[in-house]
Amino acid sequence: MRIKCPLCGDRDSREYTYMGHETYLDRPGDEGWSADWDDYLHLRDNPAGVTRDLWYHGAGCTSWLLVERDTVTHDILRVELARDAKRGRG
Amino acid sequence: MRIEGYGRIDRDTPLNFSFDARNFQGFKGDTLASALLANGVRLMGRSFKYHRPRGVLTAGSEEPNALMEIGQGAARTPNVRATMQEVFAGLEAHSQNRMGPLRHDLLSVNDLLPNFLSAGFYYKTFMWPRAFWEQIYEPVIRRAAGLGSLSGQANPDRYETGFAHCDILVIGSGPTGLMAALTAAEGGADVILAEESAHFGGRLISEAEELDGQPGPDWVAEMLEALHETGRVRLMNRTTVTGAYDGGTYGALERVGLHLPMTPDLPQECFWRIHARQAVLAAGALERPIAFPMNDRPGIMMASAIRSYLHHHGVAAGRKVTLFATNDDAHRTALDLMAAGVEVAGVMDSRTDAQAQGDYPLFAGAQVISTRGRQALREITIRQGGSEQRIETDCLGVSGGWNPTLHLTCHMNGRPVWNEDIAAFVPTEGAVPGLTPAGACNGVYSTSRCLSAGVAAAGAALQAMGAKAPEMEIPEASDSPGKARALWLVEGKGRAWLDFANDVTSKDIKLAAQENFRSVEHMKRYTTQGMAPDQGKNSNIGALALLADATGRAIPETGTTTYRPPFAPVSLAAIGAGGQGKAFAPQRFTTSHEASVARGAPMIEAGLWYRPSYVPRPGEATWREACDREVTMVRTHVGVCDVSTLGKIDIQGPDAAAFLDFVYANMFSTLKVGRVRYGLMLREDGHVMDDGTTARLGETHYVMTTTTAAAGEVMKHLDFVQQCLRPDLNLRTISVTEQWAQFGVVGPRSRELLNTLLDSPIDNDSFPFMACGEVGVAGVAARLFRISFSGEQAYEIAVPARYGDALYRLLVAQAEALGGGAYGMEALNVLRIEKGFITHSEIHGRITAFDIGMDRMISARKMCIGKPAASRAGLQDPMRERLIGLKPVGAVKQLTAGAHLFEEGAAPVAANDLGYVTSVGFSPTMGHFIGLGFLSDGPSRIGDRMKMVDHLRGVETLVEICDPVFHDPEGEKLRG
Amino acid sequence: MRYSGWQVLKQGLTGNKGWQPAWRDPDPKPQYDVLIIGGGGHGLATAFYLAKEHGITNVAVLERGYLGGGNVGRNTTIVRANYGLPGNSEFYSHSLKLWEGMEQELNYNVMHSQRGIINLFHSDGQRDAYARRGNTMINQGDDAILLDNAGCRRLLPYLDYDQTRFPIYGGLYHKRGGTARHDAVAWGYARGADMRGVDLIQQCEVTGIDIENGRVTGVQTSRGPIRAKKVAMAAAGRSGQVAAMAGLRLPVESHILQAFVTEGLKPCIDHVVTYGMGHFYISQSDKGGLVFGGDLDFYASYAARGNLPTAEHVIEAGMTLMPMIGKARLLRSWGGIMDMSSDGSPIIDKAPVEGLYVNAGWCYGGFKAVPGSGFSYAHLIATDRHHAPAARFRLDRFNTGLVMDEEAKGSQHNLH
Repeated sequence: MRIKCPLCGDRDSREYTYMGHETYLDRPGDEGWSADWDDYLHLRDNPAGVTRDLWYHGAGCTSWLLVERDTVTHDILRVELARDAKRGRG
Repeated sequence: MRIEGYGRIDRDTPLNFSFDARNFQGFKGDTLASALLANGVRLMGRSFKYHRPRGVLTAGSEEPNALMEIGQGAARTPNVRATMQEVFAGLEAHSQNRMGPLRHDLLSVNDLLPNFLSAGFYYKTFMWPRAFWEQIYEPVIRRAAGLGSLSGQANPDRYETGFAHCDILVIGSGPTGLMAALTAAEGGADVILAEESAHFGGRLISEAEELDGQPGPDWVAEMLEALHETGRVRLMNRTTVTGAYDGGTYGALERVGLHLPMTPDLPQECFWRIHARQAVLAAGALERPIAFPMNDRPGIMMASAIRSYLHHHGVAAGRKVTLFATNDDAHRTALDLMAAGVEVAGVMDSRTDAQAQGDYPLFAGAQVISTRGRQALREITIRQGGSEQRIETDCLGVSGGWNPTLHLTCHMNGRPVWNEDIAAFVPTEGAVPGLTPAGACNGVYSTSRCLSAGVAAAGAALQAMGAKAPEMEIPEASDSPGKARALWLVEGKGRAWLDFANDVTSKDIKLAAQENFRSVEHMKRYTTQGMAPDQGKNSNIGALALLADATGRAIPETGTTTYRPPFAPVSLAAIGAGGQGKAFAPQRFTTSHEASVARGAPMIEAGLWYRPSYVPRPGEATWREACDREVTMVRTHVGVCDVSTLGKIDIQGPDAAAFLDFVYANMFSTLKVGRVRYGLMLREDGHVMDDGTTARLGETHYVMTTTTAAAGEVMKHLDFVQQCLRPDLNLRTISVTEQWAQFGVVGPRSRELLNTLLDSPIDNDSFPFMACGEVGVAGVAARLFRISFSGEQAYEIAVPARYGDALYRLLVAQAEALGGGAYGMEALNVLRIEKGFITHSEIHGRITAFDIGMDRMISARKMCIGKPAASRAGLQDPMRERLIGLKPVGAVKQLTAGAHLFEEGAAPVAANDLGYVTSVGFSPTMGHFIGLGFLSDGPSRIGDRMKMVDHLRGVETLVEICDPVFHDPEGEKLRG
Repeated sequence: MRYSGWQVLKQGLTGNKGWQPAWRDPDPKPQYDVLIIGGGGHGLATAFYLAKEHGITNVAVLERGYLGGGNVGRNTTIVRANYGLPGNSEFYSHSLKLWEGMEQELNYNVMHSQRGIINLFHSDGQRDAYARRGNTMINQGDDAILLDNAGCRRLLPYLDYDQTRFPIYGGLYHKRGGTARHDAVAWGYARGADMRGVDLIQQCEVTGIDIENGRVTGVQTSRGPIRAKKVAMAAAGRSGQVAAMAGLRLPVESHILQAFVTEGLKPCIDHVVTYGMGHFYISQSDKGGLVFGGDLDFYASYAARGNLPTAEHVIEAGMTLMPMIGKARLLRSWGGIMDMSSDGSPIIDKAPVEGLYVNAGWCYGGFKAVPGSGFSYAHLIATDRHHAPAARFRLDRFNTGLVMDEEAKGSQHNLH
């Protein structure tokens, strides 16, 4: 499996580690525990198909990446820097 | 026997080898199988279950019978296919899976009991009496199972792994593959041509075919020359592509040195990861057997294998050969043998309309219904029309047609498609993105069309890459695959084998169907068909056909098992070459490592690092003596210890303070320049991730420390917070763990020691507790932090790593001059327990700030990672296990880490379990054992007596629960 | 038909033509009392115990493929009761007791072999953590022995004690742990359920869950609609997809776990051995193959196949630990879909929808739990009360903070 890091180019997947769903970008604003927090930390759609998740290029540039891919075929559809994605969604 | 004028072996290089301690001679270019056949050896192994005598069936890696052990001692390799092992001088081979000599295997008694050993019999018995399964039945089964045996020792051989990159990977070098490779190279692509055999050319080396009017092998040699001329083709022979993976990644095993006598530097195998933008699969096809009664005797082999041994090795597999076929192609064997002067006693073709292609006895519409000759075939019985006839023969070639070698196309969940015309499965288009099957592996069986297919496939691959497909000339070659008709099973008396390697017969398949194991996956698991070393290559389709028949379905409806990597078995030493011995993980050494080793300090693993356990002095006989002395030395004088392994993260930027407030539970934006603060870091789920300190060296410059264990995790976390949560914050972080060598200078004389080295001396006012700043040491710019993990007056001094060794030696020398010295991890641990400081023994991943009494450190004035989750009700329950100290007060004065805590009078069982001990040490300062642990409602129990029970070590004692801080609870020593 | 050595003899003498189908192939009825979605180890065991312990036989197991074709069909076959946390400890202890009587209970030889499992450790800290766990096991009434380096050398002489990257300090030895033949477990429970009247419906994919007024009324399948009062999910890696049919989201993310087997070899590994410095565990099957596995591939996936980096890492761990396996050859590799829960522990609970039950989140540890899960799940379905050994496997524990984080990794699903 290969992931094209926006900074480093096409690299073998062994250079990256996976965290989880893009949900992690949307940290709830609640000060105390809430249903949104339960959702954020625990509940997942867990799709069999296209999803977006966060990967860390630990053996490379240490960028966090938002990767759009298919969990059934492992096709990588799109890769962008997580910080760009985060800035885009506020 | 050897035939003059045939074979591509080097008759000028004879090689001596042995099989089962008998000496034989072969030639360079022989395989073990061809050399044994040339020497008249037919009996090569014993089958798995029934221990029937077996000979070689094929001439390739799909060989199910002739599996042997090669080599001796630690270098012994089991289950080597005799068809793939090239002969070298001094090769030692042994047959396997027998009790006694090969000719008289005592376990062949199993062959008398086939009806009782049928598929799945072991699921229905061996259950009574209960104890017998493990005591008697299972050990017997295990001893009978398996084929070869491991030596049990670490093998001394070398293995390698490698990465290779290319534009187009061509898999297989028969006519299809050679044309594909040349086309690709002519089209400007960088090509890797991978070929499983030692020789290039595929079947062309094993046939009497002509291309462009010249013998196949000569055409192959020309093609290899042409490929070399392009300068863009990397030829990798002896290289099996074993798996197709995501993103154009292929695994491949190269047999680097297996065909040569062992020498220390020669790698045996190399496991490759090949990344290819496009690939062409030109893996050919494998001939399939026919299931007929008693079809497994030595001397019964694939018709195409007979041709391989003849043309490739110059060996006639028998003197009086017969053939049993369902197709025209197999008749070539008769023609080729006759041309070589070998007698062909008859061709049995199951098709009633079969035509003879030469002057050999043809029995059209005939089937072989039985065979005789236990140690070697000597006779077959055929049925033609209504009558039966016996024919004397010592070699029967079988051909039930061909199966495209499409395995790689199924490695990514693809399923092949049944093609009724050739009665075989063919690949599904696009099953592996970027891999184009062509030629025989795609169901194309004529040489001419294979050549064109190779060109077309490479052309498509070039176009997919955005390049142009070149015009290629297709050589003249045979264009007739011949006609074929499927025959799966000949009914008759006696067992008919499907899976030779696992001894699965047609009766087993029928029994599976009878017992309702109707799906092909159930049949396979119930009978074990397809689960042997040949991975079903010789039996999958035949078994599937039988199952379809037995369950009244057509083959496509019955389905097919899928194929998974590896295509052919790969030694673990090759795939795992990066892991043997120390190479498994990097070793990280501090700058003081050599100095510690020179002192005789035992170095122990701390994650990937090595740190000294203790630094012994002459006369100290045990580690405890050294440790006790070091603890006292630190508390009364001064100690020096290397703390470089703790993570150090440099943080700079206008928003650094805000960032620290977000990642730490406690406040950091109030930290002044020149000060250090303890920091507690939570995970977002509210549990403690790590603790450490952060020093403010400048207005917008901080240095964070982490524990050794969590350094990597914290760094990744900080990157996550910056990039994924707070890209609005303006700061940068970077790991500087390896850039700075850092040493603890600890004890009442620590300042005194430092002042002998610092360019400008310090005192308690200029550098109070928790101060930090830049200092000079012998003119070197260093950093000084006044922090303490021991509770004594203490500092940590950091210099750029290149000065680490020198500074350490200097510090230790100065310490010794002041009555102190170097100390190690054991003492470090006792010192911190004496002060109730926690490590990852306490913050083991399930601990909250509340549990360690630090919940008030979670600042109420700001948000931080983990704060909302930490407030969940379940994490606030006072009855949770919370941090306490303990000391022994019973007769037994020992504490053990891992022991559990109970009420004094309670039985030590789960229902009464109230807590556990995490860290213990003998405290020379207190004069007894001390420990830390977690106890339900712990802080409320201080002063109580409880029972500590360690079943594992047989230690039970009374303990008193106390405050975790044992020594100097007011912290006076810290601030002096 | 009862299985026994006598029967094998008798049938063998008459050409084996008398063996009966192991289970029927019934068409689904329009209605059942209980439907179980998923014909793997847990689903089949649940059906068996519903029938045997509770007399509830109007049950159908709906399996979209063939019985036992999921994770129970390809795993590293380890059976053990060596968990450390309350909630897990008593559950696996109970499950192991069921294992010990399974052959007799099912009249099927599942080849349960209590050959012992040794969890190796490589530092003082690791040793102490294992000591804590071993004492938990003994407190629970199970067995544990703490081995030192010398003890390991005696038991496992083929490990690399000298060159290995992380020295072997010792191991936690659980004698009653071991292995079993995974297919046999599925088939044994299937046959046992079937003979008690449960319908096993294969090639029947559930495509929808019918809910009216907050209550389950049945399912839609590829073989037509089926009504039921109670619907119990047991779909392992596909739990998320099935739960979604009922409008539910689970604290689960599906991941691949690879498993590996070598060609058959004469006996060389008598125990189950796990490595402490890299996820790696190995045993030898009764057919001679070395069966081993290690880490997840770590990215969410339903592909049921893995990639090389993980395979290499697992095998590298094997090579540093026991280099003698180097000459063994990898014969086959598989990937299964693991339902990784947020704390690494399973869920056996009622769903928020009346009549719907959830059994999911077994991560990669479901095989050893087959009997215990089936037993506890059947109890819950039959009585609507939690079975004591499984009482903490609540769906809401993530919300309340009563998480059971055995691996101590936090809430990120793939770290467990």
